[in-house]
Amino acid sequence: MAIVNLNKKLLEKKTGKITDKLRNRISMMGCPIEAETPEEIQVDITPNRPDFLSQQGIERSLLTFIGKKKGLRKYTSKKSGYQLIVEKSLPKEWPYAFACIVKGLKFDDEKIKEVIQIQEKLGSTLLRNRKKGGIGLYPLEKIKFPVKFIGMHPDKIKFRPLEFPKEITGRQILQKHPTGRDYASICEKWSKLPVFVDKSGKLMSMPPIINSHDMGKINESTTEVFVEVTGTDFNILQKALTIMVTTLADLGGDIYSIDCVQQNKKKITIPNLIPEKMKISTKNVNKLLGLELKDKDVKKFLEMMGHDYSNGTVSIPSYRVDVLHEVDLIEDIAIAYGYENFNETIPNVSTIANESKIEVLKNKIAEVLIGLDLLETYSHSITTYEDECKKMHTKKELIHLSEAKTNYKDMRATMLPSLMKILSNNRDVDYPHRIFEIGKVFEKRKNEITEKTNLALTLTNSNFTEVRQVLEYLAQMLDLKVEFKETTHDSLIEGRTAKVFINKQEVGIIGEVHPKVISDFRLLVPVAAFELELDKVLKLI
Amino acid sequence: MEEVDKLISILSPIEREVLPHLSIGEESKIASESGMDVAKVKRALAYLDNKGVIKMRFEEKRMIVLGDNGHLYIKNELPERRLLIALSRKKQLSMQDAKKEAKLSDNEVSVALGTLKKKALMEFKQGKMTLNASNKEILKPFLEEIFLKSLPKPFSDLKPEEKLALENLKKRRDIVKVEEVKHSAYEITSLGKKLLKNLNKVKAYSKNTIEVLNSDMLKTGSWKGKEFRHYDIKTGAPKLHGGKRHFMNQSIQYARKIWMDMGFQEMEGDIINTAFWDFDSLFVPQDHPAREMQDTFFLKEKGKLPDKKLVQAVKAVHETGGKTGSKGWQYEWDEEKAKRLVLRTHTTVLSAKTLTNLKKSEWPAKFFTVGRNYRNETIDWKHSFEFNQTEGIVVDPNATFRDLLGYLKQFFTKMGYPQARFRPSYFPYTEPSIEIDVFHPIRKEWVELGGAGIFRPEVSEALLGEKVPILAWGPGFDRIMLEYYKIKDLREIYSNNINQLRNMKFWIK
Repeated sequence: MAIVNLNKKLLEKKTGKITDKLRNRISMMGCPIEAETPEEIQVDITPNRPDFLSQQGIERSLLTFIGKKKGLRKYTSKKSGYQLIVEKSLPKEWPYAFACIVKGLKFDDEKIKEVIQIQEKLGSTLLRNRKKGGIGLYPLEKIKFPVKFIGMHPDKIKFRPLEFPKEITGRQILQKHPTGRDYASICEKWSKLPVFVDKSGKLMSMPPIINSHDMGKINESTTEVFVEVTGTDFNILQKALTIMVTTLADLGGDIYSIDCVQQNKKKITIPNLIPEKMKISTKNVNKLLGLELKDKDVKKFLEMMGHDYSNGTVSIPSYRVDVLHEVDLIEDIAIAYGYENFNETIPNVSTIANESKIEVLKNKIAEVLIGLDLLETYSHSITTYEDECKKMHTKKELIHLSEAKTNYKDMRATMLPSLMKILSNNRDVDYPHRIFEIGKVFEKRKNEITEKTNLALTLTNSNFTEVRQVLEYLAQMLDLKVEFKETTHDSLIEGRTAKVFINKQEVGIIGEVHPKVISDFRLLVPVAAFELELDKVLKLI
Repeated sequence: MEEVDKLISILSPIEREVLPHLSIGEESKIASESGMDVAKVKRALAYLDNKGVIKMRFEEKRMIVLGDNGHLYIKNELPERRLLIALSRKKQLSMQDAKKEAKLSDNEVSVALGTLKKKALMEFKQGKMTLNASNKEILKPFLEEIFLKSLPKPFSDLKPEEKLALENLKKRRDIVKVEEVKHSAYEITSLGKKLLKNLNKVKAYSKNTIEVLNSDMLKTGSWKGKEFRHYDIKTGAPKLHGGKRHFMNQSIQYARKIWMDMGFQEMEGDIINTAFWDFDSLFVPQDHPAREMQDTFFLKEKGKLPDKKLVQAVKAVHETGGKTGSKGWQYEWDEEKAKRLVLRTHTTVLSAKTLTNLKKSEWPAKFFTVGRNYRNETIDWKHSFEFNQTEGIVVDPNATFRDLLGYLKQFFTKMGYPQARFRPSYFPYTEPSIEIDVFHPIRKEWVELGGAGIFRPEVSEALLGEKVPILAWGPGFDRIMLEYYKIKDLREIYSNNINQLRNMKFWIK
């Protein structure tokens, strides 16, 4: 989620006084308020609405939502007569570029900051941390057209990047410039890097990393800007540019189009501000929402959301990226209708409940064991090799998690180590400790990954006979026949360890925990334990 | 007098036993005189204190006690004594011989030597230790030896020469220790004095009353006509703790019951899933931030995709929207990315799988689960890499958005939150999407619980092959549970502090 700060003074100029009702409206439009200061309201923006990533974008929608304006806001562009040429020399990973011009802007320090913020936020959200694309702004006055977008060898690229004292190469930018280092991972493996060059051969920028300090720095005297977007996704890039320039238009600018000649020589005039059309059926709206709206209501609600509607067709603003299907418009209608205005219903539909078999077994086992004064525990299923294998004196291949952020990096393969760890953490608590837990365990055998539900139980200050009594009682209560066959186990004492058979099938292990294991868990009491595979037990019931 | 009679009637046997010795005034002496063990005397005195018969005072006292080496030397003699004995036998010893003869370590021999020299019982002649003491001097016990044998002793009782011995011994390793000991003393209250004057009454009362009712009495009826000794109800009883389910599971059982009461069938399934089920089948685009390593646990291994038809349907909705009328995400869907294995990030995986197996003849159908999910997080008081969700879906040709709100409202009312609020939100797999807030009746604020919505056609039509609204939700569960048990820190769910588990209240709703 992205955060946008709304300047309250500027907002009030458009909406009138900021009241609790307005705050509620902002929130019910889909921008929950996270925090508020005397100057600002901080709102959360969901990823489907990148057009909300600026104050202008939110205001634009809020004004129709609260009824100060109505329907589609029209944006138009004039022809600039300029060209952008996208050349075949580009790295294949970065094939597209689009650009246009905005004139008549009046920048001050605040506005420059704001524009940079929108650019950054579009880059980090819609354009996926610039992996999908990057946006750049340049003072128009320095540029000679046509501008070319070309690929160059990293060592041949040479310009002074933004806020850097001197000219360096493309490769050096990725190594030395702070922004270069931040985004180097996107393009450091490419043999060529993309650059914008103007007619006089001046390097303007190296997208999606950084602009030239000389060619690509906006200041307070800038009134006309060249705006470009480059990257990997033909559609999303155009949308990102549309969001950027409509925001600049809302700041008072006039949009001028540029003919962008793509690698395949196809000329695309940018920006494309023509509203997209989509059909909507009032019947579908009512069916999905459970309402009885008329066409005129549908029209009213769509207009509240910044669309136009006429005869079953919706004109969707060009800055919206999230309308893929009729349901997206139906949601807009629901938002305009107001989620708070829906009367909840419980349908009169009869269905029969059903409890999962394994849950039934788990609950019955818990009931039996609680009757024997046992305490149920609840532990993480992600563990460490240390706890799972080393302290248990066993060797197993565990399922490893890539790039886990904590020390817990492996999936547990058995339940017993979890219980031993709990005993270890409760050394100072009154004994005896009688605990059990039912949980998922994860195993890897010959590259085959399996999940099982296991039950483990430990008794401290206890012995084989006592833990066997518990298991036999449990089996008896589940109407199962339990038998034991002597075996050995790395974590248990030899001669006091047995395989557990239920109705002739091997389902687990029982025994006294070996003192070397007890010591490694820093315990000073004898422990007896068993562990059963419940999926196998379930099949026998 | 009535007060004393009442008191007599509730005295326990051990209190009665200790009473005749009460004027002795000191626990250990009462014990030795009465033959009761000290613990029993302590308990009796505590009871009497409770009843106002005596008033206990606790004071810290410095006690001199034997250290580990002290115990050893009491058994084996001090090193200087051992050296002196060796010298008395051989008259003259080299350093090496002394060690051997007196069985001393390097450290001990130098201490022993220094001590004997200081006491002028030995001197060096031609570089050898030579005895310089009469037989009488040899036999005379050292001050230190007498002192060690007298321990433990309170510091306040030490005589000047004992203090000197203490100073000498304290310089040596682990022979004596000074310990702060809690010492209790008591005085007899005026009520106690009255009681002591009536000891004969105490005796008489105990003779005529029954302490423990046993089978013999019941058989013979010998209890008839006798009075039972009264108990002091004010005295507390030691705590009990029984077996019980973990508090987390108690609340999960309750949530399961709510769904089943509403006619929902339970879903179950694996934690480890392919990205296909966790993301792709739910229309989460392959470049979605949630699919990155820093958010999701990935395994090295890859899994298998389900049957081709389903994979094709999912691929189609991602790329072009397929037959759903959607535009899709418009990118090239990569089968390999879908094969990656992940720890499920939401229980919605189970809903997706359930839908692919559901026949049209089984509509309307309702499913739920309460299950564990995972995200690659660090752990602190409000983050954990494991969390629980309560998931539900309703497949019903007539289901509406209003029904969705109705089911959720019902669930949260039963969970103790009758006031629920729904806000617009966004999830890639639902449209409309909602965020659920419930009003916390005590904290008087809205608590955010998670998401719900109606599955997008890109999800429901790809999985089910039919056009039908599917209501879906998956709000977090841990937060409601924490609120109920007044736990602030998420880590406590998994801490398994046995004391906490023993004392934690039950989930009652």
